[in-house]
Amino acid sequence: MFCPDPDIKFAEDCLMSDTTAGQVLTTQDGKPLKAALAKALRREKLRALALIAPLLIFVLITFVAPIVDMLFRSVENSIVSETLPNTVVALQDWDQSSGELPDEPVFAALHQDLVVAVEEKTHTRLGSRLNYEQSGTSSLFRKTGRGVRRMDEAAPFKDQFIDVDDDWGDVATWQLLKRYSSPYTAGYFLNSFDAQLTADGIELKPEDERIYMFLFGRTLFLSIVITVSCLLLGYPIAFLLAALPLRTSNLLMILVLLPFWTSLLVRTSAWKVLLQQQGVINDFLVWTGLISDAGRLVMINNQTGTIIAMTHILLPFMILPLYSVMKTISPSYVRAAKSLGANDWTAFWRVYFPQSVPGIGAGAVLVFILSIGYYITPELVGGTSGIFISNRIAYHISSSLNWGLAAALGTLLLVAVLMLFVVYDKIVGIDNVKLG
Amino acid sequence: MKLKTAILAGTALAFAGSAAVAKDMTIVSWGGAYQDSQKKAYAEPYMAEHSDINIIWDESSNEAVAKLRAMNEAGNVTWDLVDVVASDAIRLCDEGLAMEIDPASDLAEAPDGTSAAEDFGDLMVSECFIPQIVYSTTFGYRTDVAEWDGKEPDDVCDVFDLEAFPGKRSLEKRPINNMEWALLCDGVAKEDVYDVLETEEGQERAFAKLDTIKDNVVWWSAGAETPQLLADKEVVIGSTYNGRLFSLIEEQDQPVKMLWDAQVFDLDGWIIPAGLPEDRLAMVKDFVMFATDTQRLADQAKYISYGPARKSSAPLVGQHAELGIDMAPHMPTDPANAKNTFLYNYEWWADYRDDIDAKFQAWLAQ
Repeated sequence: MFCPDPDIKFAEDCLMSDTTAGQVLTTQDGKPLKAALAKALRREKLRALALIAPLLIFVLITFVAPIVDMLFRSVENSIVSETLPNTVVALQDWDQSSGELPDEPVFAALHQDLVVAVEEKTHTRLGSRLNYEQSGTSSLFRKTGRGVRRMDEAAPFKDQFIDVDDDWGDVATWQLLKRYSSPYTAGYFLNSFDAQLTADGIELKPEDERIYMFLFGRTLFLSIVITVSCLLLGYPIAFLLAALPLRTSNLLMILVLLPFWTSLLVRTSAWKVLLQQQGVINDFLVWTGLISDAGRLVMINNQTGTIIAMTHILLPFMILPLYSVMKTISPSYVRAAKSLGANDWTAFWRVYFPQSVPGIGAGAVLVFILSIGYYITPELVGGTSGIFISNRIAYHISSSLNWGLAAALGTLLLVAVLMLFVVYDKIVGIDNVKLG
Repeated sequence: MKLKTAILAGTALAFAGSAAVAKDMTIVSWGGAYQDSQKKAYAEPYMAEHSDINIIWDESSNEAVAKLRAMNEAGNVTWDLVDVVASDAIRLCDEGLAMEIDPASDLAEAPDGTSAAEDFGDLMVSECFIPQIVYSTTFGYRTDVAEWDGKEPDDVCDVFDLEAFPGKRSLEKRPINNMEWALLCDGVAKEDVYDVLETEEGQERAFAKLDTIKDNVVWWSAGAETPQLLADKEVVIGSTYNGRLFSLIEEQDQPVKMLWDAQVFDLDGWIIPAGLPEDRLAMVKDFVMFATDTQRLADQAKYISYGPARKSSAPLVGQHAELGIDMAPHMPTDPANAKNTFLYNYEWWADYRDDIDAKFQAWLAQ
């Protein structure tokens, strides 16, 4: 096939160029080549899509959908309007900045709602949820739940409620109820940005309560350090594995994979034994006289411990992608470079290294994303200066049951990872993930 | 062909047969020595009497609260009985995930006729909770520290005294207990501790006191950490659950002693998940009636040094099943050990935990 434009050598370029001569390339049947090619490509794409469709649907249903549902909890707040429907409606007319308590109809609505809530045992659940925002609400609702049954329906409710618990006479309690009346709230996200929703609007939390932004920063920073240290340690190993003959490299590969087959907790605990102040490494250094007994190195229960243990655990994730890319680099390039006069370093840096960059990218992304989400290892060896945001997310899921806040923190983590992924794509470029 | 069909038919029959015979009951506990003591004291005698019931153990008590909430939302509760600490039980009760218990009809009377409610007394801290044992969080210290010149700590405030007792400490990575001890050693009277801790100044005071030892503290989150740290001599004084220290001192013969002063009592017991179907509920209630009676609670003390929650069980506590030593002196409730105790203030911490925990974590991160 010849292209009307004599400067263009390849068929695809020809198709994409303007054929100013007015001639259209055709296949043997007389159909335009461009259309035929597009049709064939589309068929290939559809076939590839059909092959991955079952897996895609499975992942969407069992993975993406539940995660989206979980993340939805970060804004969902229907518990107040569901448990106290009439009170929420009655509070709409109340001016929370007036400094005065709501009127009797609001208290009557509260009584009406609480009678139902106590029947269904949902009042304490509301108390727990509001307790995340203001301490004391949990016992307020518990006490009021017991008192509501004994109230006199004929008498005014305002004084009866204040009798049961003084907090009903505190404007702050009512402001809290009004603030959280709507079915959606930004409270959890504000919390994860170390701010809070108060009666006067959005404010930063007092300094002694700000942890999340700081922890996010520390998590990202330590993850980058771990990724870099994995890279520095993993690159030479992958280089060696790719360069050796197949049998030797397979043997060494087993050694790389062996830690995978040991339990994570066992590996982390082993690091504790090694790195402790009275541990193996310190004992050895004192025995050889390199350090004094009083000057033992503190390598655990701090950031150093986290970095060392996490690097050890995530190293295979860096070595394997690097190895797979390096295996495809033909040794003839380096030989050609040397034959053209390059010394060892130049041949490596200017010929071999650029070809291994996709492997570095893949390995780095994998290690980084894994290390952001880890919480067992930082919990055990990180002490207080080496814990990650994921530890707080785990705490809110398991212990405090503040799933809204955990979902908000998780969403922020997801957004951070996605942003970094976009940056990575711009800089390195995702290895062509074409369909077909 | 004939043999093959025969084998297949036989296997099918065996499965069908066994399915009709054994009923499974899933009990959730903490694993380790504590679960073993429950197995030996409750499950094995029960299964010996009721051969049609098979008890399956799940070691998820650490995650029980979150998992129960998830199960409840999914509408599929697979657990029949869950062992949780009292504060978790209160949270589960508040969230509607645990069933309310009526001591008069669900729990056995004491042998002398006292009602169950009276026998458990103040330890029934929640309507959904059936206490099993009283355990305490307390300190253990090494007896072979050269820098101490032969002195031994006998007061909780010795933990804060770095001059007389130098060395590293290990404290739990949460504010509960640590804040009370800090205020107590800062001069606050025992009855005022919680009132002071409610205020901003009180909390700052507690943090300031903890700041004096912060650089020398290793923070633990699992009960097994302090015994390991003490055994390795990584720390010289450490807090943990008293049963772990008993196992370290008596079973593993480490040079460690107990510091019982200002121990904080806590309760561990059963909750029945809400929403169980009738047949499983009947099965569980029958087991609970057996497993929480006077003799059974005393039996558990043969295997682990936690005090039975019933008053009537205390005189029945005997010797350790394997070591043969008297268990009574090792109980947190023994008068010699219980001269100065705190009881975990459940209501107060249920209110203030979220707030103080955030401050504590921020303080730790500094």
